[in-house]
Amino acid sequence: MLYFSKLRIISVIVFTIFFSYFAFSNFVKFDDKFFSKNINLGLDLQGGSYLLLEIDNRPVITQKLQAKIIELKRYFKEKQITLKNFSLKGDTILFETTDNEIENVKNILNDKESDVNTYYPTYKSHEFDVLEDGNLFSLNYSRYGLVLLKNSSLDQAIEIVRRRVDEVGTNEPNILKRGNDRILVELPGLDDPNRIKSLLGKTANLTFQFISQNNEESFGTEKLSFEDGSRDAIVSKRIILSGDNLVDAKPTMNSQTNETVVSFSLDRVGAKKFGKATSTGVGKQLAIVLDGKIISAPSVREPIVGGSGQISGDFTFQSATDLALLLRSGALPAPLNIIEERTVGPDLGQDSIDAGILSLFIGFLLVILFMIYKYRAFGLIANLALVSNLFLLIGILTLFEATLTLPGIAGIILTVGMAVDANVLIFERIKEETKNEKNPIIAFDAGYTKSRTTILDANITTLIAAFILFFMGSGPVKGFSVTLGVGILTTLFSVYFIARLLTSLYVVKNKDKEQLL
Amino acid sequence: MSNISFNKFYRKFNILSLVLIVISLVFLIFKGLNYGVDFKGGTLIELRTTDKTNNISLIRDSFNQMNLGDVSVKKFGNETDFIVKFEKQNSNDPEFIKNIQNKLSSSIGDVDFRRVENVGPKVSSELLKSGIIAISLSLAAMLLYIWIRFEWQFSLGAILAIFHDVIITLGIFSIFSLEINLSIVAAVLTIVGYSMNDTVVIFDRVRENLRKYSDIKIFDLTNISINETLSRTIITSVTTLLALFSIYLFGGEILKGFSLAMILGVIFGTYSSIYIANPILVALNVSQRTIVKEEKD
Repeated sequence: MLYFSKLRIISVIVFTIFFSYFAFSNFVKFDDKFFSKNINLGLDLQGGSYLLLEIDNRPVITQKLQAKIIELKRYFKEKQITLKNFSLKGDTILFETTDNEIENVKNILNDKESDVNTYYPTYKSHEFDVLEDGNLFSLNYSRYGLVLLKNSSLDQAIEIVRRRVDEVGTNEPNILKRGNDRILVELPGLDDPNRIKSLLGKTANLTFQFISQNNEESFGTEKLSFEDGSRDAIVSKRIILSGDNLVDAKPTMNSQTNETVVSFSLDRVGAKKFGKATSTGVGKQLAIVLDGKIISAPSVREPIVGGSGQISGDFTFQSATDLALLLRSGALPAPLNIIEERTVGPDLGQDSIDAGILSLFIGFLLVILFMIYKYRAFGLIANLALVSNLFLLIGILTLFEATLTLPGIAGIILTVGMAVDANVLIFERIKEETKNEKNPIIAFDAGYTKSRTTILDANITTLIAAFILFFMGSGPVKGFSVTLGVGILTTLFSVYFIARLLTSLYVVKNKDKEQLL
Repeated sequence: MSNISFNKFYRKFNILSLVLIVISLVFLIFKGLNYGVDFKGGTLIELRTTDKTNNISLIRDSFNQMNLGDVSVKKFGNETDFIVKFEKQNSNDPEFIKNIQNKLSSSIGDVDFRRVENVGPKVSSELLKSGIIAISLSLAAMLLYIWIRFEWQFSLGAILAIFHDVIITLGIFSIFSLEINLSIVAAVLTIVGYSMNDTVVIFDRVRENLRKYSDIKIFDLTNISINETLSRTIITSVTTLLALFSIYLFGGEILKGFSLAMILGVIFGTYSSIYIANPILVALNVSQRTIVKEEKD
């Protein structure tokens, strides 16, 4: 165990220097990207916001089901099959058919080539599960139909969220899918997440609808309130134009009224629709509705055919900027709720870094002093191994751009405390062996050999704990598991290569001395 | 090498452990754990006031006026730093935190929100579930590992020792109403690893000695093994505790609970390797035959 070939000595040195270098690369600046890597600081250390958003898919499901009813009606009408009494009960579409059509309808709905109930061969499932009781049919989203629906609304939502966050211009945001109805947004360095939160909290569904002449709510109209809550208005349900037709929006100053407004321009289809509606509706009030609230309802004085217009309302420059941003980035398919938020201010992050480094330094110093006190020369060897262990650990974390969190720093300090264990096990074993063995080289060799399985056992158990934490934990705790796990590997390396190499050099040189350890 | 008769006190310490476990369980069952916002849901705000005359009751009063449910206020490190926790979390109102800050500023002067954690009920119950799964999974993995490496008597001893450490550590958290959050779960998992580590070192030696001496009874054999590994046990515990105390004292308020749990875990882990794991081997009457039979297979 004590013999090292020249080649091996060189590889150990090269390996150690290579990885240790990256511990220092955090503090040096080079042009070369590879050689000036930095460790990633977690949100708890550099400050920033972590937001977990959940899509509320219920409105989407209801919308899709209503659309499905219209589709079914049209489809069966074309086939000249009478269906009646359509209704939506919860998430179930119900309808009836005549007795002699039951089989026919059933076949159409359960056909693998069905046009109205798509079959997904990969999932071996239709979009809808069909149940029938006599002539009463009920349709429910199948498990996979629902998964596909959720996935597609998540895909749309994540795209919109990305656009909105990018528009605000925070540095290196991290936007990820979580499951099939959640989006994780990490915003490093962001001190105040309030603006982003309010931007993400809005669906931004923009519609233009005429205000009805009638003062009573009737079929085809709905009662909506103004955004400032001052009054209500009866609005026609017919949507003249929606935000989908917008190609651009920006805050501008209206030179006549000296108000901040949002001016927008429309695509070709939108411009055409808008022109047509405004020419027939001269004199009427056009309500501009955002997420079910009327922003303003100007009167149409003349047809607007140029494909551009202005939205006025009680805007400050900030709120006009935000509205323009929302309109440019498009509407979310469904509302998002913030179900988890963690924000750390940058000064607290810096305090945590300072405290972490201070406690690392003190813990390290105490362990080093204790080891020298206990083992003298060999304590020095163990300490050298410990120092290179620390450099290796930080170097590897940097090289792989792992994220360092506050618990991660605790993991490094803990590694310092536990890393000496392996060397202690070896040294204690050597002490025992020297009692019966006069030749120090043989005794040292035996000490290393006999303690090996114990050291492996002991480290594997900690490694198991680190692995489970890595897969089950989240955020900062994950950072802890990474440093703990990598720390075990660097510990084993530093003990079996660095410390053993130094020990062998020392023992061979001093083999004639009495009582080495 | 030391020669302490640890085995003389097996029974006494077993009774002590049993009493501690019973007390811990009683507290865990009847008082329960003080879950933080991670597991209970709600909002946590770490704030710093500019006005030094602000005190806990003043801050509590301002928060109580806002209808946020149960409010708790605690000092956090500095004179001017406080941790405020309350039940309400509002995911539908993006202005929720901003409004609180505005109201607070008007009643107690400028405040800086240094940290905000807002966890919804769904997320908190998921976090709790995954925390429990993580701990159970690690226990199962340890059990499996030691079962493969040793004989079943040993794995029973090691697992009971781990249960002992985890239950008593959590019991202490319950008795003193210390907060359980995500980092405590990480600490408990590390305790599991450490306790296992410590037990395995002694067990390795017990097994080695079982092969070496056929005429020594397990009662004395465990004592020899404990003594042979004692200086390692002490040195490693000391260095680990040095590191942990350094985190506890200098690592900032956020790591206090984590490092305290770890300190308790290391102390009980070291103790249980000697006084729980080994007496189990004695009780199960492990002998040379136990391991020889296994090795013939």
